[in-house]
Parts: sequence; structure tokens; C-alpha cells
Amino acid sequence: MHDTLLRRTAGALMLAAAVTSGAAVAQSSPDMGKLTATGGVSQLEGAGGGGLTPWALLTGYGTRDSWGANVHYTGVRTQDYTLDVAGVAAGIADRVEVSLARQHFKGSRAPLDALSIKQDILGLKVRLVGDAVYDQDLFLPQISVGAMHKRNKGIGGLGALGVTNVTQLGARDDKGTDYYLAATKLYLDASLLVNATLRATKANQMGLLGFGGDKQDGYRTMVEVSAAYMIDRQLVAGVEYRQKPHNLGVDREKAYYDVFVAWFPSKHVSVTAAYAVLGDITIFNPARQRGAYLSVQTGF
Amino acid sequence: MNILSRLAGIALLVAAPAFAQSPAVDDATFQGLGGKPGIKKIVDVLIPLVLADPRIKDSFKDIDMKNLSMRLEEQFCALSGGPCVYGGKDMVEIHDGLNITNAQFNALAEDLQLAMDQVGVPSRVQNKLVAKLAPMQRGIVTK
Repeated sequence: MHDTLLRRTAGALMLAAAVTSGAAVAQSSPDMGKLTATGGVSQLEGAGGGGLTPWALLTGYGTRDSWGANVHYTGVRTQDYTLDVAGVAAGIADRVEVSLARQHFKGSRAPLDALSIKQDILGLKVRLVGDAVYDQDLFLPQISVGAMHKRNKGIGGLGALGVTNVTQLGARDDKGTDYYLAATKLYLDASLLVNATLRATKANQMGLLGFGGDKQDGYRTMVEVSAAYMIDRQLVAGVEYRQKPHNLGVDREKAYYDVFVAWFPSKHVSVTAAYAVLGDITIFNPARQRGAYLSVQTGF
Repeated sequence: MNILSRLAGIALLVAAPAFAQSPAVDDATFQGLGGKPGIKKIVDVLIPLVLADPRIKDSFKDIDMKNLSMRLEEQFCALSGGPCVYGGKDMVEIHDGLNITNAQFNALAEDLQLAMDQVGVPSRVQNKLVAKLAPMQRGIVTK
């Protein structure tokens, strides 16, 4: 039976309506039917994927007849900064993903030890074609489109300099939207997963330093790639690379990359540990930021 | 290794499996499963797991499990490059009208993975068999 996009999307929207209206429809209860690890983990902006980048996989364990949801917390600690992210996400009918995350970026070393920047990110992802698990005999990857609407909540801790908004650092705006196209291919025969994401963005350091800038203000297309090896059903190790724009005079923004291990002891919990390299952040601190990344996701 | 070499390596990894879409012409997977005795052990562990699995056991109430075991062994042997020919009906015909869901299809796949775990088949060999079985979803899942 062919999977028609229109029928499935309509079904997903109806399911979303049923779930949000609290309707007790039999198939609107979570079926936890997807295979372990096939919802990915939660990336830094709250979407389903790897640790750094959104993938075409949809978060949660609900199959196309159901839904799933989870909450996650991620902590990143480099030499001079900390990043904490907390979020909630849902996958509906293995077709639509919605996510909401709050990032909190802080300085941990003087003179920026009072620096505090928060950002809210609302994410939406829709699977267009393909199924990474079932299409083992096809060249077609699973392909999804997504958007992340981001709002920077301002800069705390630089009051002495009179800086309270990212626009004072050169950014053109304190809110913006990223658009992305992700393709995920799972080569079970090789126990290998690869993902490529193209992201149109104006966000500086994901939006923590605002959107657009004095150097450059248009949308730029960034390339993000991940490759992961399935050590067993519950353990995946991989590497990621995420290209970044360069819009601000005050930040020679660098690519993010990481090497990660994700552990899925059950369909209710996953733990991801990584070593992340985030580059130097602003010209005021030339030290190349690197450090530990730890994320926990719990849900169904 | 610098980032360019890394990306080139990843690009090769992406391209390489695209050339490996031909059916199994070697029996490496068959050997990895333990040959015919290994496959028999896997199926012998799988059947009780399926009959105890609350998600799918009801689908097997009226099924001749002895015949199913024989057909599963045949199919796993053939798919993994072994010296067997699958002699049963095709997947579409067998599952026609059963309204099988993706969740049920996945449940059987999970039980198979558990059976292979118990028998001691390495994960990368398990994935090779699952890779051959996964596309059958199209013919089997009708809900």
C-alpha cells in the first residue's frame, strides 16, 4: 500500500487535534511502536536528530498510527562558558514533529562570569518522503523539512557596558527563523547512519548572539553532516559537523563539531555524551571552546 | 585527520553502500547467523517470544507454528545467502486482510533481534538480516 503524503498529513493533523483536545480516541494513545533509537536524540535547539543538528528522523516512539513525546535536558561545559538547554518535543504520526526549547548560555570565567543569555526556540518538522528504517532496498533517504523560530530574550550581566540586547553587539535582530532540509539514510547492512542537513539561517551562534549582523545580513545556507555507527541496538557512536555563518564583526564564528555516544537503555530514556568543539566565541575571547556535552531524554 | 579528509571519508561512506544494493551473492551473513543450525536455534527462540509478546501474540492464535518455523528458517536462510529456496507464499498473500500495523511489524522485528541476542549473533550480522527483512514492510503492513 502506498503512503500518500496528503492522507498521512491529514491523519497526522487529525491525530494532533484529537490529542490536544484530550479526545479518548483509541489510536491516539502512544503505541511506542518505533524501533529503539529510531527517533534520534534531542539536538541543541530541541529538535529530533543528533546532538548538534536536526535529522530527518522524527522524535518519539509513536508510529504513523500514533504519537510520542519527550522532555530533555542538555548541558554543555567549555572552558569559559556553559550552555543549558531544556525542552519538550512531540512526534505525531511519524510525520510531524513539534518542539519547544529554552537555551541558557552563561559565562563561567571573569570578566564574563555574569553573562547570561536566554533564547526560546519553537521547532516544526515535517517528513516529506522516505522511511529510514524500511527503505533498505532503495537509494531514497528519509527527507524532512523544518523550521526553527527563535527569540533571543536579551543579554544579562553586561550592564556595566550598557549592553542588554544582541543588537548592541552588531546583530540586526533579536529574533529569527531558520529553515532546513534534512536527509537521513540508515544503511542497516553496514550498521551505519548518515545525515545531511542544509539550513538557511541568519542566526549567530544559533541565535544566542542575535540574527544577521554588521558584516552580513542575508540568509546563508549552512551544511551540517552526521555519521553514526550502530554498535548494538542500544548504543550508537558518531561524529557531527555543523557549519556556521559569519555575520558579526565581533565574532569570527566557527563550525561546531562533536564526537558522541548515545545510549538507549529503553524506549523511555536515552543518554548522550559528547566531546564538543564550539570554536572561539566573540573576539573578546580567542580561546577555542571545547568541552563536555551531556544530554538526557525521557519520554515515550 | 583534518576536516576535509573527514568530510571526504563521510562522502565515500555515503556513496559506497549505494553500490551494494544487489542481493546477497555471498553467504557471509548466513555463516554469521550460524548456518542452518544457527538459524534453527534463532527461530526456536523466536517462536516462544512471539507467542508471549502481548503486542502480536493474538495474530498467531490460529497459525500452524510448526509450518511457520519451517518457512521462517527457509526465508532467513535464503535471504542471508544460504543454500535454501523459500517455498512459502509471498508476503502480500500471507498477510492480506490481517490489517498489520507498523507497530506489529516492528514488534516481530524486535522479537527477532532479542532471539538473535540470546543465541549470540553479533549486532552487525543481525543488522544485515534485518536489512533484508525491513523492505517487506511494504507488502506486510496494510493498516
